[in-house]
Amino acid sequence: MNRRRQGRRLLRRFIPVGLALPLVAFVLVTFVIPLATMVVQSVHDPEVADAFPRTLALLADWEDSALPSPDVYEAMAAELVLSRENRSIGKVATRVNRIESGTRSVFAKTARRLESADTSDMPASMIQIDRRWGDVSLWRAIVKAGQRYTARHYLQSIDLERGLDGEIQLVSEERRIYKTLYLRTVYVSFAVTVSCFLIGYPIAFAITSVSDSLAKILLVIVLVPFWTSLLVRTTSWLVLLQNQGVINDILVWIGLVDDGSRLALVHNMTGTLIAMTHVLLPFMILPLYAVMRSIPPVYMRAAASLGANPFQAFARVYFPQSLPGVSAGCLLVFILSLGYYITPALVGGAKGQLISNMIAYHIQTSLNWGLAAAISVVVLVGVFVCYFLFDRWVGIDKLKLG
Amino acid sequence: MTIGSPEEPKREVHIAFERVVKSYDGRTQVVKDLNLEILRGEFLTLLGPSGSGKTTCLMMLAGFEALTSGNITIDGRPVHDIAPHKRGIGMVFQHYALFPHLTVGRNLAFPLEVRGLGPSERNSRVRRALQLVRLEGLEKRKPANLSGGQQQRVAIARALVFEPEIVLMDEPLGALDRRLREEMQFEIRRIHQQLGVTMVYVTHDQQEAMVLSNRVAVFREGRIEQIAAPETLYEEPGGVFVSSFIGDNNVLYGEVREVRDNDICHVTIGQDRDVKAFAGEATRPGEPVWIAIRPERVGIATSDNQYSNQFDARVNDIVFMGDHLRLHVETCGIHNLVLKIPNIVGHGAVLPGDDIQIGWAALDCRALSIESKNSL
Repeated sequence: MNRRRQGRRLLRRFIPVGLALPLVAFVLVTFVIPLATMVVQSVHDPEVADAFPRTLALLADWEDSALPSPDVYEAMAAELVLSRENRSIGKVATRVNRIESGTRSVFAKTARRLESADTSDMPASMIQIDRRWGDVSLWRAIVKAGQRYTARHYLQSIDLERGLDGEIQLVSEERRIYKTLYLRTVYVSFAVTVSCFLIGYPIAFAITSVSDSLAKILLVIVLVPFWTSLLVRTTSWLVLLQNQGVINDILVWIGLVDDGSRLALVHNMTGTLIAMTHVLLPFMILPLYAVMRSIPPVYMRAAASLGANPFQAFARVYFPQSLPGVSAGCLLVFILSLGYYITPALVGGAKGQLISNMIAYHIQTSLNWGLAAAISVVVLVGVFVCYFLFDRWVGIDKLKLG
Repeated sequence: MTIGSPEEPKREVHIAFERVVKSYDGRTQVVKDLNLEILRGEFLTLLGPSGSGKTTCLMMLAGFEALTSGNITIDGRPVHDIAPHKRGIGMVFQHYALFPHLTVGRNLAFPLEVRGLGPSERNSRVRRALQLVRLEGLEKRKPANLSGGQQQRVAIARALVFEPEIVLMDEPLGALDRRLREEMQFEIRRIHQQLGVTMVYVTHDQQEAMVLSNRVAVFREGRIEQIAAPETLYEEPGGVFVSSFIGDNNVLYGEVREVRDNDICHVTIGQDRDVKAFAGEATRPGEPVWIAIRPERVGIATSDNQYSNQFDARVNDIVFMGDHLRLHVETCGIHNLVLKIPNIVGHGAVLPGDDIQIGWAALDCRALSIESKNSL
């Protein structure tokens, strides 16, 4: 009897947990596991270590000022042939090539020619096949690439590298691309947030102050872009903004702009800003509207009765009370902008690319997933920093999304 | 905030409503051709059921609602083109409307800041206002951390801190529980007597109106039914609506049989019962009238306590109310006549189902004309 009741109580406690299980499983499969894989990917790089275990073991106590001993060359030769047989040599070559560029061809070529080479003096034969085997920098690159766990990708994702002496240093000037991209991403996110706020606040205010039926219509107008495909919205901006597009045509037609000097509105930063502001505007308006609607109009009356003119009443009474909506909208838009990808890819051109486009490049084109993962983690950390700053200054409990 | 002596209000018109009409939709008038004069230093209450137009009148005076036609003047000057924030009228709102993002001190300083007063002047005025409502030392609190009664006091202090000549209050005690409401009524009364400002107060609670007011304007369907001091409203209601809205009243229907020259009329109620009543309004024989009798003026007749109107009655119910008892009796064909009997020794003599004699003095009941104010 008692045990049965206890069982029932236990069951009752687990029913809510059980109802949440599908969500937990979903989040686990679609979010936690990929995220964890990504983080692991960014530091775990086993390809070279798996291919050349013996060589790397021998190289462990190699002084990297002189060429390694002949037995290292012999081990290397054996493992090169082996990795050619099991077709891992391409991946290995790519890894080493990322560290010491121009070395991609060395590995396949050497492995192929080793079959018919003289094995008595392996160092000489290998150097004969490719003279770069006589260069310490190739051996250094192999050692570096042979690290199973590496901070290399993280260093690279913030424009750093380990120098010859192991000191962390800035990469050479022409290779510093990520810092610019991070700064540009933050700048674009900030600009998009500000313009969303400047456009969205009056709209949300208008929706709260008109009659209910008109408010419904305005809300639908705000939401319609939300319901149309992101691609359609973005490409329609191309139509509007391009050199021979609607906006330039109108500007030329009314004589504001000379036909020869049409404005470059797209395939640059301007295009990215305009299109992203449009796409993210609902994320600003909706939380603002939700908060503004909960501000009773009696406060404005009270302010007026106390002698505040409409501007003072707005600035001192209304606006401070709408701040939870402002901060929620800004946080949403800013964080969404940090990771925005499709819009800059389509309308941004070369100058309007953001950090997420670089992640996509490393995943799809350069196939350097480790670096892509490292950049993603850097962005993720940035998002968390924003979140915690927000919590510190505003308080996450003040966040009202609707 | 000068502390004035609680002298009688001077007979000087401060605020006047002249033929004021208000309609929201262009058809139904919520305020109908209203005339009202409010004296300087007076405490006037607009009393009436919800929808009677009292709050609308207050909002028009504050400038939050436009007049459809007519005029409101303050010190003889029309105010229709003065924006609300320039009228210099303090207002206490129904749910206080304290700014939730500001501390009590900043709430009180708000009207002073927008008027450009310096910090030292602001601080001393805020302190004095908090003293006035007995909330010293709460400057740093946020309104959400105050009790309902404290919020109420802050709202009153905020409406007074910039020393307006007129203070409006829109059902300010509605959200408080009964005990606190009664306490606050006396507090508001004290503040009014201390400051001598003109106060216009809106409520639907007739007891509140009685406690606070110099005069009460009873609203009904957009018109003022009667405007008078509380005692007058109670003792000499101008119609059956006022007689039942102010305090409890037993209202009997009858027909005037005869009017004597000493203001006493004989009214026939039911089949043939004759009631002697005070002929308040000019009544003539044959006219149908309402007779209003206060429950506390009806007594139980005994051999040494006889009344000029005296009838047999059956006790249907007795309700114990603490300081008094309510007897519900059936008499003269009326199913429910109410008596209030003071809770003194001897009341236990009556039990439900008893047949007793009840009665009241002729001057304690008034004949009210039916034609002028027909329904309840």
